Amino acid sequence: MKQETTTKTSYHIPVGPIHPALKEPVYFEFEISGERIVDVNVKLGHVHRGVEWASRKRNPIQVLYLAERICGICSFCHPAAFTLAVETAADIQVPERAEYLRVIQGELERITSHILWAGVAAHEIGFDTVLYFTWQIREKALDLTEYLTGNRVTKGIMTIGGIRRDITPDMLPRIKKDLNFFKDNFEKLRHIFLDDKTIKMRSQGAGILTKKDALKLCAVGPTTRASGVKKDVRVDTSYFAYGDLDIDYITPDVLTGEVNGDVYDRIIQRLLEVKQSIGLIEQCIDQMPAGDIVSEPKIPKLMNQLKKVNGEGVGRHEAPRGEVIHYVKFDGHSENPYTWKVRAPTYNNILPWIPMLKGEQIADIPIVAASTDPCMSCTNRVAIVNDNKRYELTKEQLHSLSVEKTRRVLK
Amino acid sequence: MAKGLTKSFKRALWVYHCNSGSCNGCDIEIIAALCPRYDVERFGIRLVGTPRHADVLLVTGPVTRQMEDKVKRVYEQMPDPKAVICVGNCGNTGDVFYESYNLVGPINKILPVDVHVIGCPPRPEAIINAVAKAWVKLETLEAKK
Repeated sequence: MKQETTTKTSYHIPVGPIHPALKEPVYFEFEISGERIVDVNVKLGHVHRGVEWASRKRNPIQVLYLAERICGICSFCHPAAFTLAVETAADIQVPERAEYLRVIQGELERITSHILWAGVAAHEIGFDTVLYFTWQIREKALDLTEYLTGNRVTKGIMTIGGIRRDITPDMLPRIKKDLNFFKDNFEKLRHIFLDDKTIKMRSQGAGILTKKDALKLCAVGPTTRASGVKKDVRVDTSYFAYGDLDIDYITPDVLTGEVNGDVYDRIIQRLLEVKQSIGLIEQCIDQMPAGDIVSEPKIPKLMNQLKKVNGEGVGRHEAPRGEVIHYVKFDGHSENPYTWKVRAPTYNNILPWIPMLKGEQIADIPIVAASTDPCMSCTNRVAIVNDNKRYELTKEQLHSLSVEKTRRVLK
Repeated sequence: MAKGLTKSFKRALWVYHCNSGSCNGCDIEIIAALCPRYDVERFGIRLVGTPRHADVLLVTGPVTRQMEDKVKRVYEQMPDPKAVICVGNCGNTGDVFYESYNLVGPINKILPVDVHVIGCPPRPEAIINAVAKAWVKLETLEAKK
């Protein structure tokens, strides 16, 4: 057969749903022209487990554990937002000490999550030493989580009207020791991420999200703050004990004096937030009043109270990835929620991928996609279809492309 | 440990990790097992990027309807002898999602599972233990030849 002459048309690369360094099955379709990305399309729904539907058959205490399993990394945020919604609907007053304990748990989760992200981001640009270094620090954070809650990942610490475990005075020295460990290592991490030539070259100017786009696409959390939008639920609405604490918006210009909205800014943003979280935990430990940790320790009594509730509530919490919103409605007849709606931060942070990835190189896909910290999972296979000849790009090849670019820019 | 196995097994056991709709809890514990604290690479166990290179398949998650055929395809692509490990409660029993309309799991309805690891999520020690058990299975298979 006569060979067709090659024309300069763009071609498509499907990525996923069994996917590269992201942590959840998701499907992308990239339109590529040469090395440049022309267009991106995202398809979701591979991890749909019918969580909201299942809640209609369970009472609020059971739903807490269901909410915890929406995402393994945000296993405090979802129950937190759900309890806030139920407490608004049922008008439950939470003891002050519990509010401070909740802040401690929330901020500890933020530290764990951001350090995890730092490792994944370093891995994406082929800097595995940093991955191992950050995950070593993360193990320390998990040890502290285990010490405070009894579990490493899914904590089971939230309950309606309070929290399930107290921090006793004899636990404080250990917590302070670990916080000092994070502080010491924070300086090391800051040095690696902000002064390292390799990381700067790969992240500066890559995956830019302008302030205008961030506002237009409703990005949330560190993704939007790194573009200069001052949006943080902890400051905007003072829930838990955040109103009593010294907390302000963080944007990357605090450190560098300017906002570019690129991957480098998102790295700075998360590092600064780790520091802020350590400070918040310290403030909580100093200011925590004595008292009860739950409003109603008897679960049957609480259930009876919830059974009579006829109303709705919205819970908003600043998760490590951004604002998470839960809406709950009770009809007053059944103890199960009449409806429950969850909006996780990644949902908002998926569309910003499109302006970020447009015009970037194929080798930049992993780091740019990972820079919003999507809540998704590993493993991958990419098939490139070009002139009806199909060949595959595995996760390794994609990764090695990325590593090669690191070497290339260093020369 | 690797008595009776071919030379390539004696050195290393390569693992492929497939997420079938999990909440990420098990996935981060699997990566934690690879990192310095637990460091399974010292035993020659490592994650690979394609099922065609793998000896052991780690499946996490309760297998959603969209992922069913993909999980099957991943299993079929693996060369023999192979072992399947199901990590986490939701793959074993459905856990909190047990009655959901969008699940086709538990995984043993779809794939022949050799080792079940329970826990939500299981600790890295449990995952390492499961891989060692899968190793025993591969050994037995090889010895029968």
